[in-house]
Amino acid sequence: MLNQRPGIQDPVRTQARKSFPKTAFSVLGLATAITLASSLTGTAWSQTEAANSADSLAAWAKIATVLQHPRCLNCHQLNSPLQGDERRPHIPQVVRGPDNHGVSAMRCGNCHNDMGNNDTSGTPGGLHWQLAPVSMLWQGLSVRDLCRTVKDPAHNGNRTGAMLIEHMENEPLVLYGWNPGRGREPIPIPHDQVVELTKVWVAGGMACPQ
Amino acid sequence: MITLNINGESHTLDLNREMPLLWAIRDRLNLTGTKFGCGHGMCGACTVHINGEAARSCSIMVGEAAGKKITTIEGVSGNVAEAVTTAWQRLDVVQCGYCQSGQIMSAVALLKSRRKPTDGDIEESMGGNICRCGTYVRIRKAIKTAAQQLA
Repeated sequence: MLNQRPGIQDPVRTQARKSFPKTAFSVLGLATAITLASSLTGTAWSQTEAANSADSLAAWAKIATVLQHPRCLNCHQLNSPLQGDERRPHIPQVVRGPDNHGVSAMRCGNCHNDMGNNDTSGTPGGLHWQLAPVSMLWQGLSVRDLCRTVKDPAHNGNRTGAMLIEHMENEPLVLYGWNPGRGREPIPIPHDQVVELTKVWVAGGMACPQ
Repeated sequence: MITLNINGESHTLDLNREMPLLWAIRDRLNLTGTKFGCGHGMCGACTVHINGEAARSCSIMVGEAAGKKITTIEGVSGNVAEAVTTAWQRLDVVQCGYCQSGQIMSAVALLKSRRKPTDGDIEESMGGNICRCGTYVRIRKAIKTAAQQLA
């Protein structure tokens, strides 16, 4: 569904598609030269790695649609979360507070259950429900800038590529995106596919659009 | 079976873990001071305390609250609660009163963590407690009066 939306995701995907043959050609040419050289110097860079880099970029285009889905992006905001598929301001009004869990009598855990969604009240839940730290602010970022932010240890919770894969695989608040409770759209790409895409992105050097 | 500790008393009840805490408080234990408002955690009428923190009992499930210390308007006590209820009475805050047990529970939670709340603190912490009579001006004044008494 998201793939059909105009705007943020499509131009990058289109750009990646358009630029791929030219980029792949020039990269492959370079790779051939380097492979020849590496037979003398022992350098490991190869055609395989050039292909991996292109795969990495293509994987990122899909990962970006996940990270910019309301289930992820609604809580990667500056001071107050958004709510619902329509990304409206959270009702009631809530603010970040010093520990990302709200302020004195308005804390995330006042309504959101660690044990999961409350289907009677419609309140979503999950372990340590909170706003993402300010360092992981994704609000308003382009797909390119989001990519640079996600791979930057200063803005991703000091995570390596392997740790990002682990995060996508097991973090309860990430998994919530596929089990959001009634009235909210789950992430449209299956979780196991997103984990695989993350592995491809990391294996290819966490490539970002130019 | 689920054991709920409410106002210092232990109650073991046959409940679905996903039942809202408010259902148990009102319908199983007949503690009707806590009110049902919107049922979606958006109005604050059902506010109680869980381990000293404000909680919307329509949204928190009994499985989540089990084993924790739950306090309702009937059981809230201590110097902060006394200061708040005294200020509430002195300033005649209540109009229809339906939201007021939730307002008082949130005000007590606020003053326990912030002894000198600013207007901004009050707005941020009380913003989830809706009053259809519009008693917000008196609520703010009563919180400040209680804060002065506690100083």
